[in-house]
Amino acid sequence: MIHLEIDGREVTARPGQTILEVAEEAGVRIPTLCYLSGLSPRGSCRICLVEVANWNGKLVPACATPVQEGMRVVATSPRLTELRRRVLELLFAERNHICAICVSNGHCELQDLACELGLEAVRVPYRFPGLTLDASHGKFVYDPNRCVLCGRCVRACSEVEGAMTWGFSGRGIHTTVEPDLGGPWGSSETCTECGKCVQACPVGALVERGKATAEQEKEPQLLAQITERRPRA
Amino acid sequence: MRKLKIPVTRIEGHGLITLSLDGEGRVAQARFHVTEARGFERFCQGRTVWEMPAITARVCGICPVSHLLCSAKAGDAILAVRVPRAADKLRRLMNLGQFVQSHALSFFHLSSPDLLLGWDSDPARRNVFGLMEEDPGLALDGIRLRAYGQQVIEELGGRRIHPAWAVPGGVRAPLQEAARDRLAAGLPEAMRIIQDAISLYEGHLDDWAEEISAFGDFDSLFMALVAPDGTWEHYSGHIRFVDSDRNVVADGLDPARYPDYIGEQVEGWSYLKFPYHRETGYPEGLYRVGPLARLNCCDRMGTPLADEALRRFRALADGKAVTSSFHYHYARLIEILAALERINGYLSDPDLLSDRVRAEAGINELEGVGVHEAPRGTLFHHYRVDEHGVISWVNLIVSTGHNNLAMNRTVHQIAQHYLSGREVTEGLLNRLEGGIRAYDPCLSCSVHAVGRLPLRVELYDAAGRLISERTRA
Repeated sequence: MIHLEIDGREVTARPGQTILEVAEEAGVRIPTLCYLSGLSPRGSCRICLVEVANWNGKLVPACATPVQEGMRVVATSPRLTELRRRVLELLFAERNHICAICVSNGHCELQDLACELGLEAVRVPYRFPGLTLDASHGKFVYDPNRCVLCGRCVRACSEVEGAMTWGFSGRGIHTTVEPDLGGPWGSSETCTECGKCVQACPVGALVERGKATAEQEKEPQLLAQITERRPRA
Repeated sequence: MRKLKIPVTRIEGHGLITLSLDGEGRVAQARFHVTEARGFERFCQGRTVWEMPAITARVCGICPVSHLLCSAKAGDAILAVRVPRAADKLRRLMNLGQFVQSHALSFFHLSSPDLLLGWDSDPARRNVFGLMEEDPGLALDGIRLRAYGQQVIEELGGRRIHPAWAVPGGVRAPLQEAARDRLAAGLPEAMRIIQDAISLYEGHLDDWAEEISAFGDFDSLFMALVAPDGTWEHYSGHIRFVDSDRNVVADGLDPARYPDYIGEQVEGWSYLKFPYHRETGYPEGLYRVGPLARLNCCDRMGTPLADEALRRFRALADGKAVTSSFHYHYARLIEILAALERINGYLSDPDLLSDRVRAEAGINELEGVGVHEAPRGTLFHHYRVDEHGVISWVNLIVSTGHNNLAMNRTVHQIAQHYLSGREVTEGLLNRLEGGIRAYDPCLSCSVHAVGRLPLRVELYDAAGRLISERTRA
């Protein structure tokens, strides 16, 4: 067993567990976005940043960092709240997140995080990129204007469905998620129309076709339910 | 040249009036400018047809329900579905709620201070707060009546403003039984309030004789939807035009073919377009829409108390069309009465509780027009989509736009009647504002514009020099 401290509480963990998993078991809330139970952790969104006090206050993503003996983790502090808020501001500024008219309004992890972290204003200029919505698929719609590049769709598609339809394209600020190396989703030869990417998407970027404003509700827990039922090697 | 600037307040949006005088100091030209633009028709492009009701509803905080329903109807046309009977009735019920709340706001909150406190009373007090001091009962009645209309919207859509409830193909949820009972409980008081207000208005007709004759009293066409049997209509039906003698100029027009009979002219001095009756030409093809036009166009209201009120209304013009825009107020009150009577009828209808409220379909038409009557007049939403349902083109003809020519004519008439000398007096300013306000224009909607609406009046002399201006502080 590994012994560590989270927010001053002494906890024990099994080897290989991440800080996030141990914190969840201990009832310590750490906000997440790109993490989804049932998928491999990626640590890309930086919302779940925590401080390791005895590593000179080093910031690490809780979802992707395995626990170590003697670690003293700070999961809740004004500094962390401020950092997480900053990350959120950048996410909001990067694309066109207009909650009022979004199909996921009221059922959106990005929106929930903004409420949880008390995001009242975005201090960086919005980029307002002109991205084209893809409604070519018979069952789903992809709106890159609302994408946060968490990659949950990419992982759900490759790790759970095994179709590998979704992938990242471009670099840095120009990164987008695309089906089949680009091209309309409706012409994808690999997509099985399973909808796991839609359920995994935390925002209104991947939605069911025909949903009107505030109508899209998702069940991201389905991904974990599927993987847990699978026979293990 | 002598130019007078007047800001218009207590309407929805932003406006400027310019008056130009000829060599003798008479009003040669009067223009009502709408000074803001927003661009909804452009930025809706690229969105899906399913999102359009909620996007276009954001045009305005007063009329979101009108745009929501009209956009959903345009979506119905693109899906090529027949909306389930229950959904049709539920949408109608919400539109009636919208009529009650919007008309009550216009009459009680915005216009009654002019009518009841006097055109020359202190502008600092000539508002709903002044009305509360002078006649608290009436002010409270107005607030309660509006609240009832809002309650209808809220019980159906979950919120009073911007409910995302109507969708292409129907609505998202039926009325709950408890909500229906709450609406039934509030109805008697609303009926009492509107009947009192109509009596109040009718009792003052002689006091307002001068304004009635000067506030846009002219011959024109009137356009409105009417039911197939000619009854007053607010949600479907066909387009009818009547003239000032109430002769039917055109009837049975398909609302979806509006470009056949409505032209839209653009003028460099206003962001609001100028629709006109195509056959008559521009600008002679001036027509009016809204409460006055609906009452002039229909054969009957279709409910007992409102029909009785319509008879009294018609008596004002010996059965011909009532041509003074001042009587928009009167028509508005009668429409509230009609709306409440119809709401009462719906509350005993079991269809409203049905769960069959939404027709699902894909994209079956690449173009769709939604038309219905908003409180301020006939509203058109016209969309084109690609084969996936993504919007490629949008045209909105908003109620206030139809009345643009009429508002300009009204401003001219008021200026001619009340301008004396080369100064924009407080009295003139008030009446110009009042004349505009009779139409209950929503400039936010009509130019899809943003902001408060101070009205500025500029007065120019014959040489084009600005000689006087006035802005409501």
